[in-house]
Amino acid sequence: MNNCKIVAYCCHNSLYEGVDSSQSALTYPPYMKVVELPCSGKIDALYLLKAFEAGADGVMVVGCSEGDCHYLEGNLRARKRVEVTKELLKEIGIELERLEMFNFKAATDDFGQICRTMFETVQALGPSPIKNKETGAG
Amino acid sequence: MIVAEWKKIPEIKQMLAGCSRVLVVGCDGCVKVCLTGGERETDTMAAALRMAFRVDGNRLETKQITIKRQCDDEFIDPIISMADDCDAVLSMACGVGVQLMAERFDVPVLPAQNTTFLGVLNEKDVFVEECLGCGLCELGQFGAICPVTRCSKNLLNGPCGGSSEGKCEIDPDIDCAWQQIYDRLKKLGKLDQLAAFVPPKDWTTSRDGGPRKIVREDIKLEKR
Repeated sequence: MNNCKIVAYCCHNSLYEGVDSSQSALTYPPYMKVVELPCSGKIDALYLLKAFEAGADGVMVVGCSEGDCHYLEGNLRARKRVEVTKELLKEIGIELERLEMFNFKAATDDFGQICRTMFETVQALGPSPIKNKETGAG
Repeated sequence: MIVAEWKKIPEIKQMLAGCSRVLVVGCDGCVKVCLTGGERETDTMAAALRMAFRVDGNRLETKQITIKRQCDDEFIDPIISMADDCDAVLSMACGVGVQLMAERFDVPVLPAQNTTFLGVLNEKDVFVEECLGCGLCELGQFGAICPVTRCSKNLLNGPCGGSSEGKCEIDPDIDCAWQQIYDRLKKLGKLDQLAAFVPPKDWTTSRDGGPRKIVREDIKLEKR
């Protein structure tokens, strides 16, 4: 699939933790659009749906590993909201696998690997069912 | 508050079949508090419907507005013109709001939610029914815990033999209302209230005689 687009809502604390400002900026694959959040607990269904509506083939939420949330339970709330939104996607007619939540630890995990995992899943599904169809302006 | 929950998207989509432009109206009353019909949820519903239409290759345009209450026409009237170019209005309110909105708009007004019960947020994530709206409140006698609503058998002289360790026999997740009544009255030092026999409930104040109404002559203004 050409022009695959994946939106990643990333917790500031998980993704950037351990990355020194003197180091080069994180680089992302070209298909990845990263939206930084103060905490993954900021996510809700509207953010996720808006990404799909704007043309994303897949959306992922990246939060701290469980037990490491700077706001104690933001990542746990994020996971619950992702699960609820998956049900909503199912009702809408979009494959659940297009939305995923990842817990990430900068010190040990590889963000690139998470991106590739999501990319492969979305590639296998093909373009989003609402992509290239009429644009519904809100 | 009145507690409501979203209808499934396919059901709403079916109601909106043939529509190309819809006004989605949220309500900042009860349904906002139960996190299903406020501004955020209204925007989410609109986005979900636009996407659901696009999956079928159709186009749906939406306009969203959230008003203070849909059960009061003074808040509805200022937005009536917003529906001039719409095929339908989708109300995020309870059944009362939907019906009053339908009286004010010239286009079909459709419900986005199932109105469920009068209740409260009991824990962080559990809404429970606490009032049946029976029209004859006897909470004073029962330590402000309603057996008509919260006892699965509506017993006025409970508990029944199915109360076990504070739970109801029909479902172990349901607290026995009569255990709660006992505990509350014991704490208040008014257990003697339970010795009184409570006669069968007078249901004529409930659904007997059709839709209920209350006439308030003191707030009525004579027409000139």
